[in-house]
Amino acid sequence: MLTAILIALPLVAGLYIITLGGEQSKRIALGASLAELAIAIFMLSQFQINAESQFVCNVPWIPSLGINFYVAVDGISMLMILLTTVLTPLIVYSSFGHNYSKPHNFYGLMLLMQMALIGVFTALDGFLFYIFWELALIPIYFICLLWGGEGRAKVTFKFFLYTMVGSLFMLVALIYLYQQTPGTHSFSIDALYAAGQALDLNAQRAIFWGMFLAFAIKMPIFPLHTWQPDTYVVAPTQGTMLLSGIMLKMGIYGAIRWLLPIVPDGVAAYANLAMVLAIIGIIYASLIAWVQSDMKRLIAYSSIAHVGLIAAGVFSLNEQGLSGAVYQMLSHGINVFALFFIADMIEKRTSTRLLGNLGGVRSIAPKFATFFMVIMMGSVALPLTNGFPGEFLSLNGVYQVSGMYALFAGITIILGAVYMLSAYQKSMLGEVSTATEKFEEAKNHETHILWICAALVILMGVFPKPLFDIAEPAIQQLLTMVKQ
Amino acid sequence: MKSLLLLSGLGIGAMLAELFNFKKLLFPLVCLGLLAAIGVSVYDWNTDIRLFNNMLRLDNYALVFTASMSFITLLWLLGANDYIEHETHVSDKYALTLFTLVGAFVMVSYNNLTMLFIGIEILSLSMYVLAGSKKNDLFSNEAALKYFLMGSFATGFLLFGVALIYGVTGSFHVEAIGDYCLANAGNLPTMFITAIVLMMIGMAFKVSATPFHFWAPDVYTGAPSMVTAYMATVVKTAAVVAFARLFYNAFGHAPVVWQIAISLMAVLTMFVGNVTAVFQQNVKRMLAYSSVAHAGYLLIALVAMSKLSGGAIFYYTLSYSLASLLAFHILFTVSGNKNEGADISAFNGLAKRNPLMAFGITVAMLSLAGIPPLAGFFGKYYIFNAAIEAGRYKLVILAVIASLISVYYYFKVIIAVYFKQSNEAAIELNGLHKLLYLICVILLFVLAIIPELIVSMLK
Repeated sequence: MLTAILIALPLVAGLYIITLGGEQSKRIALGASLAELAIAIFMLSQFQINAESQFVCNVPWIPSLGINFYVAVDGISMLMILLTTVLTPLIVYSSFGHNYSKPHNFYGLMLLMQMALIGVFTALDGFLFYIFWELALIPIYFICLLWGGEGRAKVTFKFFLYTMVGSLFMLVALIYLYQQTPGTHSFSIDALYAAGQALDLNAQRAIFWGMFLAFAIKMPIFPLHTWQPDTYVVAPTQGTMLLSGIMLKMGIYGAIRWLLPIVPDGVAAYANLAMVLAIIGIIYASLIAWVQSDMKRLIAYSSIAHVGLIAAGVFSLNEQGLSGAVYQMLSHGINVFALFFIADMIEKRTSTRLLGNLGGVRSIAPKFATFFMVIMMGSVALPLTNGFPGEFLSLNGVYQVSGMYALFAGITIILGAVYMLSAYQKSMLGEVSTATEKFEEAKNHETHILWICAALVILMGVFPKPLFDIAEPAIQQLLTMVKQ
Repeated sequence: MKSLLLLSGLGIGAMLAELFNFKKLLFPLVCLGLLAAIGVSVYDWNTDIRLFNNMLRLDNYALVFTASMSFITLLWLLGANDYIEHETHVSDKYALTLFTLVGAFVMVSYNNLTMLFIGIEILSLSMYVLAGSKKNDLFSNEAALKYFLMGSFATGFLLFGVALIYGVTGSFHVEAIGDYCLANAGNLPTMFITAIVLMMIGMAFKVSATPFHFWAPDVYTGAPSMVTAYMATVVKTAAVVAFARLFYNAFGHAPVVWQIAISLMAVLTMFVGNVTAVFQQNVKRMLAYSSVAHAGYLLIALVAMSKLSGGAIFYYTLSYSLASLLAFHILFTVSGNKNEGADISAFNGLAKRNPLMAFGITVAMLSLAGIPPLAGFFGKYYIFNAAIEAGRYKLVILAVIASLISVYYYFKVIIAVYFKQSNEAAIELNGLHKLLYLICVILLFVLAIIPELIVSMLK
């Protein structure tokens, strides 16, 4: 029941905001997303640490086709819900410095997006999962199209088409699996697991590609990433945060929940290939990030590199790799949100995103520069920051598969430090430029957000265990299915 | 029987309106009549009545489509009353529309090949006239002539096929032909196979399946926009249903003969329709090609011949008709009630000029593109599901690729609506049009929430 409320609340609030209109939308959206967070925290307090699906809500939707409104929460879903419900109010709050036209539509779409995301993270019915998966695309498409920057029509369309391609093939794969389920057919996840695992190798391989394509595009994994940097750059800041902070986790979550256990033999056949692609993506994106002069673009490429490591962790198919990946999803969500927020603050104050035009901010706005420092440390995975446990475990998982892979994947940490530090140096240190002369210190809502992010970076770095514990039983159960 | 009499009587009554001068009353009368036709279909539910010596069979399949086509006609009237009332010959247009519906009714409930022929002719003859109802418009005249020539040609093929079938089986009766097919499934005479091919060509013309679709874009573009909307919805539904009824009931036991040909046709139709639509600047022409492409998806359901196909076709035609009606009507309003349609630029800045229309066209385009959670997605889903159940994976993969192509041109419109700027004045809508848009939009959402209810009608 609680899960259904979690899905319904943003839907109702979003529609309410859209129909109500007016300037108060901002505050209602913030209130609604905080209420959502409160429910999620209550859920967390009731959550039993075991591998069971909890807070189950399973009501028939299209009975003749065996489609149910089947949502529930296990350890992995719980963490993803936390990520979504923590980030959404932050993203809404981060927009308080902006005045978007038609705010009711903007905030309404944001909450609808949250609804779809939570749906994706909790659905245990294949068809329902697909519906939420696609549903998440529509609000973000319109957010980017209506409030985006230059050239948005082409870029957002490319984004839409890319993801559409992936998801339609996933749909075919899901229907195929559904047809393999016994009796009157069912889309329930257990039925699909059983049906998928019983397939012969060739069929599993085909299913693997159908679903992998959808998830790989969403993540994105090299060479399917080309939509991502442009979309991140033209999207309005809050859209970018939604995309990078939460939405790309849909792809990884989808792979963990819907790909690995359904076609274990297919995964076993191609896991190496997926890892190699992910690792190529890591190096390639890191190198490109290094030479970027546009901050938003730099963060976008860094995001591809980080996600590459997460994906490599997932496809290492062992406990360390998966735990690291799940943890890193949370950390990356917070870090990338904070980085985009910082980039947005800089752009608002100096009207430029180009690193070459910046410099010397530290001497003018030391508080801001310090926050940036802390968050950057999290992003480059310094020990005792939130980036470290996840990346370390992911690398550990990759190492168990192949030392060579781990070596190359490890480059991400070195390269990450290189491009992030050089970005920091160019923008915060050195001579004060004309653009940064009147740089204003962080204030009001900006300080709040930066405090929260910095605190999370440190807290999650120092005390990672509680979060690991939540996901662990679910991951182990998943692995027994993959390994059998 | 009741709906047939009701609709024909209403049509004849409409012609009398000119004589007895009650034209003002026609609109409410016709609306009431259509509602009554829906009511009668509901009343007859589950009865399986056979009429005229078993020449018509009112099974649930026929009733459900009669009701849905009457409903679409009703919605169409809400939007089309402008087109009908602002010109001369008001009563003729009502009458012709109703006769079209009578033809469509016969086409979905025939149980005898002569009835199929009669139904097609009643429907087509009325449509030929309606297509040319803008007498002073060159394109409208061209459309009528082209439609008439091509239509007659197709009917010729069909009749030839019917004659050959009679020669082989000695019967026009669909069930008798089905029995013959079953008895001789292994060694059907060449004449019978020729007949199937000829009838297939005839029906493919009517549903505008590639390579027999060439008339469709020209006719759709030339005809008055509201007539095009009618052609793309009710007429297309009737043609597809007649096609399916023929091939299930009469030739269902000899699928080997026609399945490959129709699969091929389905693939060609989807690709030719969608790819050509991408290059159209005129939205009316684009929608015409999109309508061609949608016939392709429907053919997949026909080929699949699974127990799910009937429900899939019903759901698909209903959701497709609602979305098309909405799209054509908004196009008509946006283009300033002109017939030649309009370039995509006419949609520029619609979001500011009239938010309801902007939302309406967005919903229509998303539904036609098959994006969840709209009804169009479930329509495609049911068809894919039926096809996969029948083991036709390649067909489904190709259909998926084709619908990806379609996303491109549907989104061009959405992008123009929200993204492009325009200095055009705001658009005012009258009450009936607002009602039409609201009903269509709401239904496109509601159908998606309760697909079960719709599909389970045909079990």
